[in-house]
Amino acid sequence: MSRRCIIIGASHAAAQLTASLRQEDWQGGVLLIGDEPSLPYHRPPLSKAFLAGDKTLEELAIRPSAFYEKLDVSFCQGRVVEIDRVEHRVTLEDGSVFDYDKLALCMGARVRTLALPGADLGGVHYLRNIADVTGIQADLPQAKAAVIIGGGYIGLETAASLKKQGMDVVVLEMADRVLQRVTAPEVSEFYTRIHEEAGVDIHTNKLVSELAGSDKVRKVVCSDGTEYFADLVVVGVGVIPNTELAEQAGLKVDNGIWVDDGCVTDDRDIVAAGDCTNHFNSLFQRRMRLESVPNANEQAKCAAAAICGQHKPYQSLPWFWSDQYDLKLQIAGLSEGYDELVIRGDYQTERSFAAFYFKEGRLIAADCVNRPQEFMISKRIISGGLTIDPDRLMDESIPAKELL
Amino acid sequence: MANITFVEHDGTEHTVDIEEGKSLMQVAMDNGVPGIDADCGGECACGTCHVIVDDRWIKATGAVSEEEQQMLDMTPEKEVTSRLSCSVNLSSEMDGMVVRLPEFQM
Ligand SMILES: Cc1cc2nc3c(=O)[nH]c(=O)nc-3n(C[C@H](O)[C@H](O)[C@H](O)COP(=O)(O)OP(=O)(O)OC[C@H]3O[C@@H](n4cnc5c(N)ncnc54)[C@H](O)[C@@H]3O)c2cc1C
Ligand code: FES
Repeated sequence: MSRRCIIIGASHAAAQLTASLRQEDWQGGVLLIGDEPSLPYHRPPLSKAFLAGDKTLEELAIRPSAFYEKLDVSFCQGRVVEIDRVEHRVTLEDGSVFDYDKLALCMGARVRTLALPGADLGGVHYLRNIADVTGIQADLPQAKAAVIIGGGYIGLETAASLKKQGMDVVVLEMADRVLQRVTAPEVSEFYTRIHEEAGVDIHTNKLVSELAGSDKVRKVVCSDGTEYFADLVVVGVGVIPNTELAEQAGLKVDNGIWVDDGCVTDDRDIVAAGDCTNHFNSLFQRRMRLESVPNANEQAKCAAAAICGQHKPYQSLPWFWSDQYDLKLQIAGLSEGYDELVIRGDYQTERSFAAFYFKEGRLIAADCVNRPQEFMISKRIISGGLTIDPDRLMDESIPAKELL
Repeated sequence: MANITFVEHDGTEHTVDIEEGKSLMQVAMDNGVPGIDADCGGECACGTCHVIVDDRWIKATGAVSEEEQQMLDMTPEKEVTSRLSCSVNLSSEMDGMVVRLPEFQM
């Protein structure tokens, strides 16, 4: 009988995994099991072009259905509720069972929900899936005032997209600045200015305590007593990795499913890739769980190689992007733990600059706003372990091209 | 049917049909051509869809935007006829076009 690889979760990691499995010459069957109705689609546009109405549903697909048919990948819509490692078998919610020779865990992450009075009122939305966005879009024609809870990238992108559609938009952030977890204060200051110039109200140090309304939300109440009128609320307060299945199956899980540098779990017939994993990053010399498309893609390639008996070590540089208004932010590396910040350009008045993060004299990350050259250079410096003089980076009289 | 050929760094060729209106990157993805990562899904944000267009066809691929140019300038393995394939929209005039893939996407 032919061997079978089962992939749980049908999103970015899974889409790359199916393609890579065939490129690595996997001869057996591939069964893709996902609990969303559609084949893998691009998630990033959900808060960007898709929400803003500039991209259609068809344009979201990562690959057309014909691609999967050609590769002989079958798709089954359903939710896996159990993994039996001894029998090499998975069970779905509807009771059906499938045997596997190799299993790939691509279950990603789900949104953190609010446990507050009124959190289940109509008009309160999260943003992770197509279904979430269609829910928001259905409320849009009747809505005038949106409150976004959470000033992270997804919250800010959502604010920009809704503003573009003519809504009144308020962003409530618990910390003392937006993007507090991921960027330097200077970058937070920049984005606060940009949003305020666009007419979005940003309020920091706001802990939401209640959502009020009869059946539909009418206002958002904060712990300091302030209230904001809202007929649409979008919550963006982070995600939780989907690791329960792996944990129940006895795999090692700690802020993500633990994988080695080839994306193999502690069961050598089970690989994992994407937002649900925790890996040791050789560039940053520590364990981490990343939430990004490039990471899901890269890990999927390593995982596919592992399934085919190859070892392809994961060693790519984390990077991320965010679109708000006319601004394209490209982030290379991870800034956590930086001890020196160098800025190229005028972030206080312009709409283009780059912030470089150094640690012990080495560049570890860069936030580049409308600065593609600086972004590409940073990728090369960080992933190549090159050294660069911070003073040179700051000096705009040296063209970006000549920095390296 | 009009087609184009992708040539991997090791010489492996992939000939795929042109679908007008789609990007060069998307048809590579749709046909599982290895060597194009397209991490950003075509937003001109990642630079991982780099291709080198055969000299004879570079005109047909159209103008390079400022943004694309800046990304390309800093791309390792860049050549004179380099393009980001997500920024090239296919038309039937490209029938027979050959593009090479770099050894690595960055
Ligand atoms: C609005 C938004 C904007 C974003 N913007 C960016 C960006 O600009 N750049 C970037 O790099 N990243 C961005 N991200 C993050 C990026 O989308 C994720 O990192 C990526 O989707 C991870 O892919 P994945 O395959 O690991 O998991 P996911 O995309 O989380 O997919 C996992 C899938 O598995 C399914 N699943 C889970 N458990 C089961 C089960 N038991 N049975 C069956 N199916 C199951 C889930 O329903 C889901 O469909 C954004 C995310 C969101 C939500
Ligand atoms: S797909 Fe990212 S730049 Fe082309």
